[in-house]
Amino acid sequence: MTALFWLIPLALLLGLTGLIAFFWSVRDGQFDDPKGDSSRILTDDDHPIVDD
Amino acid sequence: MDKVTPDRAADVEGCPSGLQDTPIRETDPFGADLALDDFVTVKNDLASIDLIVQGAHCGGCLAKIERGIGELNGVRTVRMNLSTMRLHVEWTQSALSVQAIVQCLSDLGYGAAPYEINVAQSQSETDLRRLLKAVAVAGFAATNVMLLSIAVWSGGGEMTESTRTAFHWISALIALPAVTYAGQPFFRSAWGALKNRQTNMDVPISLAVLLACGLSLYETVNGNPDTYFDAAVMLLFLLLIGRYLDAKLRHKTGEAAQRLAAMQSTSATRILPDGRLETIPTRRVSPGDTLLIPAGQRIPVDAEIISGSSEIDTQLATGETLPVLKNPSDIIYSGMVNLTNPLTVTAISAETDSFLAEISNLVQAGEQSKSRFVKIADKAAQAYVPIVHTLAIATFIGWLLFGAPLRQASLNAIAVLIITCPCALGLAVPAVQIVASGRLFAKGVLLKSGDALERLAEIKSVIFDKTGTLTQGKFQLDNKADISAADLQFAGALSAQSRHPIAKSLHIYAGPLTAIDVTETPGVGLTGLIDGQTVKFGARESIADNGLSTQSWLQREGKKPVMFAFSDALRPEAKSTIDRISALGLSSQILSGDTQASVEAVASILGLDHAQGGVSPKGKLEILTALNADGKLPLMVGDGLNDAPALANAHASASLATASDISRSAADIILADDSLSGLPDAIMIARHAKRRVIQNLGAAILYNFIAVPLAVFGFVNPLVAALAMSGSSMIVTLNALRPMKT
Repeated sequence: MTALFWLIPLALLLGLTGLIAFFWSVRDGQFDDPKGDSSRILTDDDHPIVDD
Repeated sequence: MDKVTPDRAADVEGCPSGLQDTPIRETDPFGADLALDDFVTVKNDLASIDLIVQGAHCGGCLAKIERGIGELNGVRTVRMNLSTMRLHVEWTQSALSVQAIVQCLSDLGYGAAPYEINVAQSQSETDLRRLLKAVAVAGFAATNVMLLSIAVWSGGGEMTESTRTAFHWISALIALPAVTYAGQPFFRSAWGALKNRQTNMDVPISLAVLLACGLSLYETVNGNPDTYFDAAVMLLFLLLIGRYLDAKLRHKTGEAAQRLAAMQSTSATRILPDGRLETIPTRRVSPGDTLLIPAGQRIPVDAEIISGSSEIDTQLATGETLPVLKNPSDIIYSGMVNLTNPLTVTAISAETDSFLAEISNLVQAGEQSKSRFVKIADKAAQAYVPIVHTLAIATFIGWLLFGAPLRQASLNAIAVLIITCPCALGLAVPAVQIVASGRLFAKGVLLKSGDALERLAEIKSVIFDKTGTLTQGKFQLDNKADISAADLQFAGALSAQSRHPIAKSLHIYAGPLTAIDVTETPGVGLTGLIDGQTVKFGARESIADNGLSTQSWLQREGKKPVMFAFSDALRPEAKSTIDRISALGLSSQILSGDTQASVEAVASILGLDHAQGGVSPKGKLEILTALNADGKLPLMVGDGLNDAPALANAHASASLATASDISRSAADIILADDSLSGLPDAIMIARHAKRRVIQNLGAAILYNFIAVPLAVFGFVNPLVAALAMSGSSMIVTLNALRPMKT
């Protein structure tokens, strides 16, 4: 039974962490442009390495 | 939004944005001196602006714009949002002007307009975010409380009372803050309704959630076995999903409407008394101003011509296919396009009372009358709410009369409220509408709102505009086979310098030849020098207008004139679309601003009995209103400015991707791949969706028939409530997702 005293708060804490992460991502604008983000991954913005 | 037709895709690489017939900067020239500075916010030399970008559709555009603007000297951040078409740029103010940014966008091939933050729209954006967060909170609470509740239920008698009470306390600790946060959208709306002495669906929802929580807290404090925390938060979770889907659909619509409004704001060139020119926004033009309208520009306000003659494209304004010649002292109206020569005019109206504004007012009036349409869900709610509340009160009084203690009576009454809480109703409609709008999208049809889908399912007849809707709205060469390749090239090279719709259709034949010294005489034709020969094209003395086809002549020096025949061809899918619509049991007719002869020519090809030509925008509106009143609920399909009032007032309306901005914003659905063939599909999907909504409402009613007696007679415990609620929500969602036969 004592396991519950650890596990329930732990489970809640993990869930809460996920919730906070989600809030952060909404505030950060990660859900603002699903269409753009899905195509942004395809843009090749690497530049060739140039030796000075 | 625009899809590329295969043959055009072949000759242009990359994105459809470069495919517009006229470059955006020609029709909406955001000149270097337009008042863009009003929209720039500056803070410590860091300037920023939000622009709406026209013509950006894909990842390629996004990369092109971000790279292009990013390379400008002084730009610090550039972020393009493809979902809202908004571009956010931040730059060092001293290093760069906002005009340079707009110019760069224009050079890349995109149009830009400043984005004015609209209060309603930014409010809806905040609401949408808040709803999304509420969904997350309710989801978190629902899963965790359910975890604890399942332990209590499955523990049965084995769990000690102290453990059970501890579990209930933890549940309360999770559920109460979650309900306080996530329940707000419902509480606020319910309170708003009650304050106005009305009820809506949110009243029983709020009541059920609050009472369930209050009761559960009371039971927890007293160490009793049953609590309803899980039911309360799960209810919120499911309902919030429905609410979020609904809000998202509406937000998208508002966004699109605002984008169109922003793109409409154009500029005008004013001639000052000392002869200087200045570019001003159209809204600052006042009657009496002298304006210069260059060839190719849209006419900003109604005006009287002072000097110059030019052919005017009135297609969007009146539906006439052929340009009209206008001379000094003729009146031209806003929304028409000046084709051939620059004109000096006197403005006779301001933007707010111009022809275009009059059309917008009619459109707005139509939209208001449409908002009186009562949605199925609201009808259901109006019947549902009083019944549920009466039942709960009856249960409470009934148990008291039979001698039950107060606690048991209120427990059962609350169980009735929880179990009848319109969870399935809340999901039944938005789930179907979201699925249907996804299906429509796959068919190239954009749906503007959920109730548009309901109205589309009810239509009894279809009314088509002619020019640009049934026909392609642009001329095609009919007798190409009879013309030699050389003649074709000469005609092409000469017409390459003209914006006349007939000349435009020959642009593709230009080849390597170039014409010099080209003069365009309005109403007569083109003359120019090619390879040292004088070439004339037009020569309208033998013009024959027999409805559809129009003839022009090409005369090369020392050769016999060659006849070119043109017509505004029907869309290839027009006939099959009309056949499919009549197979759906709907009658079709044509209502056009073009001449009766050309309308009848089209009608006879398509096999339509009813065709009316020469109808003014107001006339269209009157006919539509009469049909609405007769119960012959029409679906209006149109593309021009002159169709916009009819589109806004028809029971349901459709517009094409290439239509005028105002028609697109007035229409309920947009055929985004610019083909009519999506129309019968859309009607079919709307009818299927309506059937699904009714099935779902039926399922919800059936569920209540079974569950309510259980609750009234006190057989409902938390487990039954949870199962019944999630079960009914699952059923309606799955029914919405079930494939449709289309």
